[in-house]
Amino acid sequence: MLEIKSLHVKLEEEGKQILKGVDLKVGPGEVHAIMGPNGSGKSTTSYVLSGRDGYEVTEGEVLMDGQDILELEPEERAAAGLFLAFQYPVEIPGVSNMTFLRTAVNAQRKARGEEELSATDFLKLVREKAKSLKIDADMLKRPVNMGFSGGEKKRNEILQMAMLEPKLCILDETDSGLDVDAMKLVSEGVNALRDGKRSFVVITHYQRLLDHIKPDVVHIMSNGRIIKTGGPELALEVEHNGYADLLAEVENA
Amino acid sequence: MKRAELKQRKLDTTATRVDAMSLPTGAPWAEALRQDALTRLLAMGLPQGRDEYWRWTRPDSLIAETPTPAEVFVAEEAPVFSGIDRLKLVFVDGVFDAEASDALEGENLEIMRLSDALSADIHWAKDAYGVQEKKAQDPVERPLATLNTAFATDGVVIRATGKVAKPVSLVYLHQSESSDAVLHHVVRVEEGADLTVLENGPAAARFNKVMEVEVSDKAAFHHVRAQGRDHERRAVTHLFATVGQEASFKSFTMTANGVLTRNEVVIDIMGDDSIAHVAGAAMGDGDFHHDDTVFITHDAERCESRQVFKKVLRNGAKGIFQGKILVKPGAQKTDGYQISQGLLLDDDSQFLAKPELEIYADDVACSHGSTVGAIDDEALFYLRSRGVPAADATDLLTLAFLAEAIEEIENPEIAEDILHRLEGWLMRRRAAG
Repeated sequence: MLEIKSLHVKLEEEGKQILKGVDLKVGPGEVHAIMGPNGSGKSTTSYVLSGRDGYEVTEGEVLMDGQDILELEPEERAAAGLFLAFQYPVEIPGVSNMTFLRTAVNAQRKARGEEELSATDFLKLVREKAKSLKIDADMLKRPVNMGFSGGEKKRNEILQMAMLEPKLCILDETDSGLDVDAMKLVSEGVNALRDGKRSFVVITHYQRLLDHIKPDVVHIMSNGRIIKTGGPELALEVEHNGYADLLAEVENA
Repeated sequence: MKRAELKQRKLDTTATRVDAMSLPTGAPWAEALRQDALTRLLAMGLPQGRDEYWRWTRPDSLIAETPTPAEVFVAEEAPVFSGIDRLKLVFVDGVFDAEASDALEGENLEIMRLSDALSADIHWAKDAYGVQEKKAQDPVERPLATLNTAFATDGVVIRATGKVAKPVSLVYLHQSESSDAVLHHVVRVEEGADLTVLENGPAAARFNKVMEVEVSDKAAFHHVRAQGRDHERRAVTHLFATVGQEASFKSFTMTANGVLTRNEVVIDIMGDDSIAHVAGAAMGDGDFHHDDTVFITHDAERCESRQVFKKVLRNGAKGIFQGKILVKPGAQKTDGYQISQGLLLDDDSQFLAKPELEIYADDVACSHGSTVGAIDDEALFYLRSRGVPAADATDLLTLAFLAEAIEEIENPEIAEDILHRLEGWLMRRRAAG
């Protein structure tokens, strides 16, 4: 599904090297968690995968279903099945959430040569998906993320994910700013999308989210590299001991 | 050069300019009103580049003896408002075309050609023609409106006595490359009446238009206009309005291209508990200069005014906004809002704004803002990351930028029509690259 090979990335403007050789392989239906201290390169990885400006890939490649996606525009990556749930969802005044969703769904269908959804079919689908995420009609009518609470913004990200049905979902600190109930709701939304084929990369600081979204593999990232990979127990270890022990262990190795 | 000398030179230029022109004939009272306007014009002089009020818009081509020729533009699609059930009045290069127009009648409606009204022995227009224009000369002179009062050759006089079901639609066709049109409309919306006036079309190579509107107590006036797409046309327009008690005035203007446009709006809110909204969406590509100059006076209690102006500019287009809210002593509980924003689609374009508030009452809420910027990168990336191609995402964000102005149009059918035109403009720009 996703294969990252020796990915080296620096900031275009400052020239600062952020990723120093990331290797990661995510198979179909798998859930991988990436944990790590602040500034280790977790969010940069998600931005580079989704095609955000401002980063220069100096080495390495990213393959999705065998296709190198680094040459693709962000919209082409999305149409190919990549989805990034933003850490800080963007507010867009003047564009209703409904218009935003319909435009996105139909743009992707068009890019894939599929027929656009009719207004009625779209409405039916969005209502059904919104309901399970407790997103009411008012939230759909309001401009994208405008005046949404932290929890509403994150639920809205999951709604987009549910509507777009991507092959690969990257969740960038989706748990930040969520209370316990909201985290449960968001996790249920994510779990509902697990169908054995769709893959997930869950970026988080905390083990807590992983209680709800159970990962198959846990990676620890530090200073632009994945320094350790293990099973779900690795996340528990971090929760108990922090990153310091792990970092020291790797340095001494 | 000394101030007095400059002023004298200005007056001499004005005298020379109008020397060859003759005032249209009419009833003695009408001729007196025109003569009064001419006298006032000769005393104030036509605008010049060094006038503060014309600092950002050069008036030369608007006051020149002959208009700069403008190629007649032929659009492929049907004109705006074509699908609206309306009372259509057509002017060709500034001359009323009775054949192409509907009959001048309607329920709760009195409507008459200006020249007929100004030729009648007795007509209510006697107390209205040029009256607001004259009053609006203080504190800022608006000589091109005075020129209009003196020399206007055509127009309509409209009186609404109740709810007028169909909008009165003024259609301005441009057929001659060197036409110079001067139109003057007088509108009175009587107590409790409701009238919608639509305007569209380029009108002429050069167009000078005045509309004076009196909105009586408990009356409502809606105005939506689309200024023609002819790229080379020039226009100066003045919209004057007085608003009575518990009354409503709403005006929206869409401008897509035109080498020079100056739209002045002057509103006096004179009765308590009233509202006055003025909005504009302008889109310019290339050699485009668009100026909105607005002056709203609050002279009553608990009134609300809004000024919402949005301009999308690219390829060296220029947008101007000069907007003022004046709150007179005693105009307590005034709620004034003013926003002017420029969206620059490249580095060559320019947006200049001069927002002003002048407040003499102590219990008021007035807010104003003015911004200029490019498409929001964050929003653009967010849309693209969801699969929306960059060009579509840019158009969506451009329409979103204009949305606040378009929302000022009350009638959904008309708003939809305007939105459709804006989308068309964006599509064409995209095709042009």
